[in-house]
Amino acid sequence: MNKTLTIAPSPHIAQGDSVQKIMFRVIFALSPALIWSFIVFGLPAVYVTATSVLTCLIVEWLIQKLLLKTSPSIKDGSAILTGILLAMNVPSQVPVWIVVIGAIVAMGIGKMAFGGLGQNLFNPALTGRVFLLISFPVQMTSWPNISKTVVDAVTEATPLAIIKEGLKNGTPISELTQQIPGYSDMFFGNLSGSLGEVSAILLLLGFGYMLMRKVISWHIPVTVLGTIFIFTGILWLANPGQFMDPVFHILTGGAMLGAIFMATDMVTSPMTKKGQIIFSIGIGVITVCIRTWGAYPEGISFAILIMNAFTPLINNYIKPKRFGGN
Amino acid sequence: MLKTFKKGGVHPAENKLSADKAILKLPLTSKASILVSQHIGAPAKIIVNKGDVIKVGQLIAQSAGFVSTNIHSPFSGKVARIDTITDNSGYKKEAVIINVEGDEWLDTIDRSDTLVTENNLDAKEITDKILSAGIVGLGGATFPTHVKLMPPPGLKAEILLINGVECEPYLTSDHRLMLEKGEEILIGTKLIMKSLHVEKAVIGIEKNKPDAIKLLSELSKKYKNISICPLKVKYPQGGEKQLIKAITGYEVPSGALPVSIGAVVNNVGTAFAVYEAVMKNKPLFERVVTVTGQAIKEPSNFRVRLGTPVSELIEAAGGLPEDTARIISGGPMMGKAIASADVPITKGTSGILIISEKEGHRKPIGNCIRCGRCISVCPMGLEPYLLMALSEIKNWEHVESEKVMDCIECGSCSYTCPANRPLLDHIRFGKNKVSGIIRSRK
Amino acid sequence: MSESLIYTIIILSTIGIAAAIILYLIARKFYVYEDPRIGQVEEALPAANCGGCGYAGCRAFAEAIVKDNSLADKFCPVGGNEVMDKIATIMGLTAEKKAPRTAVVRCNGTCEHRPKTHNYEGVKTCAVAAMNYSGETDCQYGCLGFGDCCVVCDFDAIHMNPETGLPEVNDEKCVACGACVEACPKNLIELRKVMPKYRKVYVACRNMDKGGPARKACTVACIGCGKCEQECKFDAITISNNLAFIDSDKCKLCRKCAPVCPTNAIIEENFPPPKNKETEEKLKTTAEA
Repeated sequence: MNKTLTIAPSPHIAQGDSVQKIMFRVIFALSPALIWSFIVFGLPAVYVTATSVLTCLIVEWLIQKLLLKTSPSIKDGSAILTGILLAMNVPSQVPVWIVVIGAIVAMGIGKMAFGGLGQNLFNPALTGRVFLLISFPVQMTSWPNISKTVVDAVTEATPLAIIKEGLKNGTPISELTQQIPGYSDMFFGNLSGSLGEVSAILLLLGFGYMLMRKVISWHIPVTVLGTIFIFTGILWLANPGQFMDPVFHILTGGAMLGAIFMATDMVTSPMTKKGQIIFSIGIGVITVCIRTWGAYPEGISFAILIMNAFTPLINNYIKPKRFGGN
Repeated sequence: MLKTFKKGGVHPAENKLSADKAILKLPLTSKASILVSQHIGAPAKIIVNKGDVIKVGQLIAQSAGFVSTNIHSPFSGKVARIDTITDNSGYKKEAVIINVEGDEWLDTIDRSDTLVTENNLDAKEITDKILSAGIVGLGGATFPTHVKLMPPPGLKAEILLINGVECEPYLTSDHRLMLEKGEEILIGTKLIMKSLHVEKAVIGIEKNKPDAIKLLSELSKKYKNISICPLKVKYPQGGEKQLIKAITGYEVPSGALPVSIGAVVNNVGTAFAVYEAVMKNKPLFERVVTVTGQAIKEPSNFRVRLGTPVSELIEAAGGLPEDTARIISGGPMMGKAIASADVPITKGTSGILIISEKEGHRKPIGNCIRCGRCISVCPMGLEPYLLMALSEIKNWEHVESEKVMDCIECGSCSYTCPANRPLLDHIRFGKNKVSGIIRSRK
Repeated sequence: MSESLIYTIIILSTIGIAAAIILYLIARKFYVYEDPRIGQVEEALPAANCGGCGYAGCRAFAEAIVKDNSLADKFCPVGGNEVMDKIATIMGLTAEKKAPRTAVVRCNGTCEHRPKTHNYEGVKTCAVAAMNYSGETDCQYGCLGFGDCCVVCDFDAIHMNPETGLPEVNDEKCVACGACVEACPKNLIELRKVMPKYRKVYVACRNMDKGGPARKACTVACIGCGKCEQECKFDAITISNNLAFIDSDKCKLCRKCAPVCPTNAIIEENFPPPKNKETEEKLKTTAEA
């Protein structure tokens, strides 16, 4: 009975979940869409993804080793996830060096500058993506043409860009809809865009998996997509000749990827369910505003970053309902 | 759809290893140490001296205030000395050390097994008996029961809830007690109802004890106004406020006593102790303790005299396993890891749990990833991550305004945190500081 | 071109002047008279904002002095008598002289002397550990070793020695602000009078248990035997609760008490090593080995 006993305050058991497990579950949820993008875009997509993930890992390792002098935490999977998300947000044709810059900005400025995992204010992958979008607008908006069976070098605009450009030039909606792929193509992943924009159904599959494993709750994705649907629906009902229908809006661009994988980033989204709903409504409204009236054809990445900035405020003011409170 | 509380909660693996083990009597120890502080409130005042010959059931320490209670000798023999011994936390506390000789009981105690169903005591007399028998809440909180039976002026109890939930994993002492002493528990319930002047009592039992639900439902048919309420399995349903919410649907307001909404909660163990005290004249000096753990040879339930060293219970259950990391007094969620196996069983010891090396150590702490799980599992609707952060920077005003005093220390937040952050350690510290500040304000 | 330039200059100047006037008026309206001595006193203070005086910071201390117009019970431990004299001249008062003090850790429970009996895994701060448990050893009075005292020190004067697991005070840096005294949940740190060359003789123990359990928990525990008390000619040593205490205001550093202590609980610090050939040789041989 003379054993050295361990003493510690309760509880004495733990659920056994870890940050690493959560990160790899998200990566697993992303994999169908990622693999599909490899099939659609071929080797360039693989290169972009590999570069992005590797750069993210190296940057995090270097910063922790040389600048912060802390033990590197690249094993937790968060850098890999950021790398994949960044890759899924760029076109496959983008030069590799641009991806490297994006990954350095994502990890260096987006994450490590704030103090590493859990401390960052903005979604790192989106920080990198938006930095690239502003710095290299041409490369970032040239998508490969996949409407033929073979991927060729001729670039093709995304449906959102076609509509935006067309409306600016005064082309009527009815004519523009001829130029974009059908909804079933959008849903199953047969259209052009960034790596992660192609297949709505595979992203939804990932969403289902994450819900099942309780990685995220339904609140953010459903509210973001719901807000986009309702807002664009109102606009469409008011003037079908000027605005696209809501189904088009939630199927195109990064709406799905953003709502399911980017807005739900735990670190940069509010912690209470009520807060998450407010956050998501904000994202939906800003996205639609940018898409319909802004300069860019796509706006969900800006919308998420803007709402990221509001997250601390939301956390501060939106409290969970206390037990026995009023 | 079974009833439960709505907000938060977790589902730890149940591990009720000893659920089908009948309650055994433990052989008497040779040297017992009776702590005088086995309850919440002022420690009792010792009234025996070194060398005194005492009998089982004799008063050895007297209640020292309203929130305090009596302590009786569980053994017969001689008082060896009055000294300090280490308690569960390792601090030295006053205790009466008894050299046990024989097993001689006070004549007033009815030691027979016959069921006494009727007596003609009135409410006041019942409460007095409960006070003099030294009964405290046996669920683990050890709050003196007579205090609960005397609501502050202006408040009136409407309903009595008997807690047979036993939501802590591993523990089975209440479960076994309900199976083996169902009738006595119902009579005890009846007595508490009489003392509180309430017309209705509900016994809440979680669905993972179907045999207890069945038996008590059967038995309760004989008793007017006592009903059984099966509950969904969810931790911490045994928490007073959670149980009230689950059964009645009402929330006890923040900072208020349960009786402010007319509810009084007592444990099934307490109800049994009340039966023994009132009907059999037997003060509280023994209780049922579960000895369990994955590596324990024979997980069992023992009927133990208070003051018996923990080590003797472990021996009786097959000895301390080789790879023991922690010995827990209580359950794995709210129990206390004890520093030595020599500490005595007290009124609040509901179980002895052995945790092996594999599970018995904390994992390295990671950064908070703001996943919000601690918020979603908190049964009190608090924000554990925030309370921890504020406690760490010692911003006590803010800790207080974030309702730290509502925390019931159930441990759901620490249990669920994927980054293994010691949320409850910091929150408990904050709570301790804030309660000190509140007290100094008065 | 020149026209727009002129307009710009005119508009900007007007805005500037208007803003200046508004600022001036508001400053006039909200002007609060402040005793100029507060500023002077504050300037004389060391600006460490350590709180050692019992006030929130140097500013608060200065305000309190000027408000009370007295120096009673007010002392800046960082600045010492010198600063207090300066303040006294500003205020036209006389300052009470105080002997400088330094912090002393009254526990010598190193890993050797006081074996670990359990392994604590909760939050590693003394405050949290002390709230939950008595510590990792059998001595409930001794140092917990998590270094709360080092964290609160603003002067870099107290550090954990990783070998002994105990904090050590750097006498030259210590200003006796008392932050560590407050931080220690076991009340182990005492502010003692500074003697020449920082010499000190003190009982490095707070164990109030009786001899038996105290010795069992720690080989250098004070057992309260009272031998030192009898030895002391200056009434500097008192025994209460099985524990000896040497009053630094009465102690003359005669060092008679240390040799009689059966458990070596009395510590002498900063005295020259005894000029004894035997010990010197011993030291040499051990150094060579």
